[in-house]
Amino acid sequence: MGLLRITSPHAHGPLSTSRVMQYVLLATVPGVIALTHFFGFGTLINIAWACVVALGCESLALVLRRRPLGFYLKDCSALVTATLLAIAMPPYSPWWLIAVGIACAILLAKHLYGGLGYNPFNPAMAGYVILLISFPVQMTSWSGPRGLSEVPGLLEALQACFHPGAFDGVTMATPLDIMRQNDSLLMEDLWARTPQLGRWAGLGWEWVNLAFLAGGAWLLYQRVFTWHAPLAMLASLSLMAALFYDGGSSASGGSPLFHLLSGATMFGAFFIVTDPVTSAVSVRGRLIYGAMIGALVYTIRVRGNYPDAVAFAVLIMNLAAPLIDNYTQPRTYGHHRSGGEQ
Amino acid sequence: MRKLFDFHGGIHPAEHKHLSLDGPVTEAGIPPELVLPLAQHIGAAAEPVVAVGDRVLKGQLLAEANGFVSVPLHAPSSGTVTAIEERLIAHPSGHTATCIVLATDGRDEWTTLEPTADYRALEPDALRQRIRNAGIAGMGGAGFPTAVKLSPRPGSQVQTLIINGTECEPYITADDVLMREQAAELMAGVQILRHLLQPAQTLIGVEDNKPEAIAALRAALPAAPGAEIVVFPTKYPSGGEKQLIEILTGKQVPSGGLPLDVGVICQNVGSVAAIHDAVIHGRPLISRITTVTGEAVQHPGNFRVLLGTPMSYLLARTGYRMEKNRRLIMGGPMMGFAVPDASVPIVKTTNCLLAPTEAELPTPPPAQACIRCGLCAQACPASLLPQQLFWFARGKEYDKLEQHNLFDCIECGACSWVCPSNIPLVQYYRASKAEVLQLRRDNERAEHARLRFEARQERLAREEAEKLAKRAARKQAAEMRARATVQGSEPVEDPIQAAIDRAKAKKAAQQAGADNPAGELEKLEKAVVTTRARLDTATSKLEQARAEGSDLVEALQAGVEKTRTKLAAAEAALQNFQQANTSVPAAAAAVDPAEAAIQKALQSRQAEAQLSPEDKTRDQLGKLEQRLEKSRARLADSRDSGEDPKIIDALEATVTRLEEKRAALLAELPAPEDA
Repeated sequence: MGLLRITSPHAHGPLSTSRVMQYVLLATVPGVIALTHFFGFGTLINIAWACVVALGCESLALVLRRRPLGFYLKDCSALVTATLLAIAMPPYSPWWLIAVGIACAILLAKHLYGGLGYNPFNPAMAGYVILLISFPVQMTSWSGPRGLSEVPGLLEALQACFHPGAFDGVTMATPLDIMRQNDSLLMEDLWARTPQLGRWAGLGWEWVNLAFLAGGAWLLYQRVFTWHAPLAMLASLSLMAALFYDGGSSASGGSPLFHLLSGATMFGAFFIVTDPVTSAVSVRGRLIYGAMIGALVYTIRVRGNYPDAVAFAVLIMNLAAPLIDNYTQPRTYGHHRSGGEQ
Repeated sequence: MRKLFDFHGGIHPAEHKHLSLDGPVTEAGIPPELVLPLAQHIGAAAEPVVAVGDRVLKGQLLAEANGFVSVPLHAPSSGTVTAIEERLIAHPSGHTATCIVLATDGRDEWTTLEPTADYRALEPDALRQRIRNAGIAGMGGAGFPTAVKLSPRPGSQVQTLIINGTECEPYITADDVLMREQAAELMAGVQILRHLLQPAQTLIGVEDNKPEAIAALRAALPAAPGAEIVVFPTKYPSGGEKQLIEILTGKQVPSGGLPLDVGVICQNVGSVAAIHDAVIHGRPLISRITTVTGEAVQHPGNFRVLLGTPMSYLLARTGYRMEKNRRLIMGGPMMGFAVPDASVPIVKTTNCLLAPTEAELPTPPPAQACIRCGLCAQACPASLLPQQLFWFARGKEYDKLEQHNLFDCIECGACSWVCPSNIPLVQYYRASKAEVLQLRRDNERAEHARLRFEARQERLAREEAEKLAKRAARKQAAEMRARATVQGSEPVEDPIQAAIDRAKAKKAAQQAGADNPAGELEKLEKAVVTTRARLDTATSKLEQARAEGSDLVEALQAGVEKTRTKLAAAEAALQNFQQANTSVPAAAAAVDPAEAAIQKALQSRQAEAQLSPEDKTRDQLGKLEQRLEKSRARLADSRDSGEDPKIIDALEATVTRLEEKRAALLAELPAPEDA
C-alpha cells in the first residue's frame, strides 16, 4: 500500500456535527424536565412520537434522494428538529398533528431545499407555523400548569396523543394571552386577580424558561454557539418591553422580566435563534439578527393575534439573514474598515 | 513588560512536542547518495556549474543563483557528481525536478572557506552578497531567499526586526532545540542582522511552551544588546509571519503588501543561525536541523541532516515502522504536505518529517454538510468567513470569492481543524485560488489579443484614410494644374468651386464646340491619335505575348483587330469632317485663344479619363493581389501558431473582403476581347 496523499491540515479537532447535535439534544433536558413537571407527560410523549416520525421522514427523503441512510441519519439533525418542534407544540397534541408538523418540517422545510445545511428556514419553526396556521385550535390549546389544574397521568397522556377523541383535557389561556387581552387592569391588579400569573411571569412558565436558560448556558459554555445572537435577542426584547412598559398601566405590554420568562423566550433564544444554518454568520451579523428577532417577538406578541411570536420572528429573520451577511462581512486581516468593498 | 497584542481566532491543537524533545540534536550521518533539487526555494531554480563526473568538495558551489530571486546550491559533502537528472522531489503533487545527484566518498573533505574577521567592516551590500552566496532561503518552511528579504527598498526604514522562534505547529521542535543548543550563534546572527538593517528595535518572539529555549536565549542575550526576548501565550498559528507581527507590534501587514510596509522584517531562528555560519565562518547552507517524529518512528528526535539526504535514510536511523505509517508528512500536521514516496530528499525547508500512525492522525472521514456553525470564522486568524468562502468555492462564484478576500487566506488549516463536518476547507480554497488565478491569466490574454486586434484595425483604417487623403490631394493638384493652364491664376482651394468651375468650363466648351467646327475637328483628331496610341500598345503587347508564348495571344489578337477597326472609324470620321468643313472660313483665327485653351485642357483630361480607367483598375488589381497575398500568408501563420481565434476570424474576414474586391475589379475590367 502506497503512502496516502492528502493535503493539509492532517490533524483535526475533536468536534463533530453529530456531537454538536447531541449536545443540543442534551441541553434540552432541563427545559423538558420543567415542562413535564408543570404540564405532565405530554411533552415527553410529543418528543418520543416526533422522533419516530422524524426518523421515518428523514429515511424516506434520503431514500428518495438516493443518499446513504446510515451516514446521514447519524448526524442526528432530524432528532434535533423533531425534539425542538415537539417542545414547541402544546402537550397532549394528537398524534396526527405532530406527524403533520414533523413531515412538513423534515420533508418540506429541510429536504426540499437540499437537506441539512441548505434550508433557508428553521425546519422546526417552519413546521410549527404551518401547524399554527392550519390547525389554530389544536395549536393554541395549552393545558393549565400544575397547581392550577389537574395534571394528567401517563396513561391519560398517551390516550391524549394516540386516541385523542377520548381525551378531555383542561385548557387555559396562557400568560401571554392574558397579557395581550388585558386592556382594563393595572399590572398590579392583573397580577392580583389572575391565578395563572406567578412571581415574575406565568406560573410554571417562569421555571420552564429558567430551565431552558440553564441548558442554553451550558451550550454556550461548551462553545456550541457564540453568545451574540441569543443575548442580542434577549437584550432587544427587554429593551422593547422597558420602552413600552408604560409604568405598569393597563396599556402596558408587560415588564421586561415578564417577557424574558414567558412563552418560548429562552427556548427560542438558545435553541432556535442559535440554529447556525438559518442565521447570519458573522459576529456583527448575529448581533443584528438576534436583536431584530427580539424586537419582532415583542411587537408580534403585543400587537399580533397568535399565542407566541418566536416562530414568526425567526422565520422573518431567516429570510433576512443572507442580506445581513452581505453587509456585515468582518474586516479581514490587513484590510481597512471598509471590509470587502475595497 | 512589553504590551502584547492578540490576533483574531486561532486554535489549540494537541502539541505532541515532547515526542521529539528527549535528547540533543544528533548527526544524521552521510548517506551514500545525496539528491539535491536545484529549486529548494521560492524563485528561479539554480543553474548547475558542475558536470557529471566532477569531484566536488564539501561546501563547493554546485549551482549558482539564476536571477535576483534565487539562491545558489552547495555540496553538502565531498564526492562525485553522478547525474544531473529529473528525480522525485518533496512536492504535494509528486513532481519530479532537476536534481544534482552526488555520490559521497565518506571523506567529508571541506573546500576552502572564507571566514570574516569583522563583519562590521563590510558594506551592507557585501554582507548581503555573502548571505546570498551561502544559499540561505527562509528555513521556517517558506523558503524565500533570505538575502532578498534583507534588501529593503531604498528609502524604507526597518523599524522592527523580528526573530521568529515561535514554532507554533504541533510536533515540530527543530527551532526549539536550535534555540536551546545554539543560542550563542543565534545571538551573533541577530547582531549581524542588526548591523545590516539598523532597526529601532529587535524582538525575539517565542511561545511560552518552550521554557528551556527561553532560558537559553535569556542566558545568551547579553551578546546581543538591544534585542529583546518576547514570550507570548501558545496559540496556533502565532508563528505565521503576519500573526507574529500583530502579536508583537499590534500592526497588520496590509493585504497584498509586505511586512516592510509596516516597518518590519521577520526572520526565522534557523535562518539567523545559518546567516551566522555564512558570515562568520563562511560556511554555506549545506545542512539543517530536522525533527523526525510521530508514533510510527521508535526513536523520534532532532537530527542535523545534510541537504539531499533521502528521507528513507533518515527514517531508517529512527526505527521507522513502515507498516504503521500511512502518510508521511513533510512539515507539521497543520500545514505540512504528504510526500509521495520516502525516497524524496530533505531540502532547505524540511523542518519536520512526521510519520504518524493511523490512530494518531486518522484518515479523514467523508465530509458532512456544512451547518454554518461558524466555528471556522471564529478560528480564522485572517478574520475571513470560511463557511461563506466554502459556499462560493462550491458554486464557483469567483467574484464573490475575491470579494470575500479569498487571497488573504494563509492556508493555516485552523478552519478545517475545527470544522465539525470534516470539510477539507483549505483544499477548496487552494483549488479556488488556482482557478481564480487561471481565470485572471485567461482574461489578461484575451484582453491582450483584443488590444492587438484593435490596434491592427486602427492601423488599417489609418492607412486607408491616408491613401484616400493622398488620392484627394493628387486629384486636387491635378485640377489646380488644369485651372492654372486655363487662367494662369492662383490655385483654387475649394473643391466645390473647382467642380462648379469645371462644369461651367465644360458647358462653355460644348457651346464653343457647337458653333465652332475647329473644336470638333480637334476632337476628332485627338480621337484618331489616341486610338492609334492604343493600337500601338495593344500591338506591342500582342508581340510580347507571342514572344512569351502566352495564352492571351488570341485574346490580344482580337483586341488589336478591334482597335484597328476603331482607328479606321475614327480616321474616316475625321476625314468626313475635314471635307465638310473645308469651305468654312478660317474660323479658328477668330476663336478666343482662352476658349481654345480650355478646350484643349478639357480634351486632354477627357482623354486621360478615357484612357485611364482600365489601366487604373489594372493597377489597383495588382496592388490588391499583393495585399491579398500578404493577408493569406498572415492567416496561415496565425493558424499555424494557434493565435487567438478572434484574430484568425478577423484575418479571414480581411481575406474574404479582399477577394470580393478583386472579383469586383475583375468584373469592372473590360473583357480581354475588348481591350
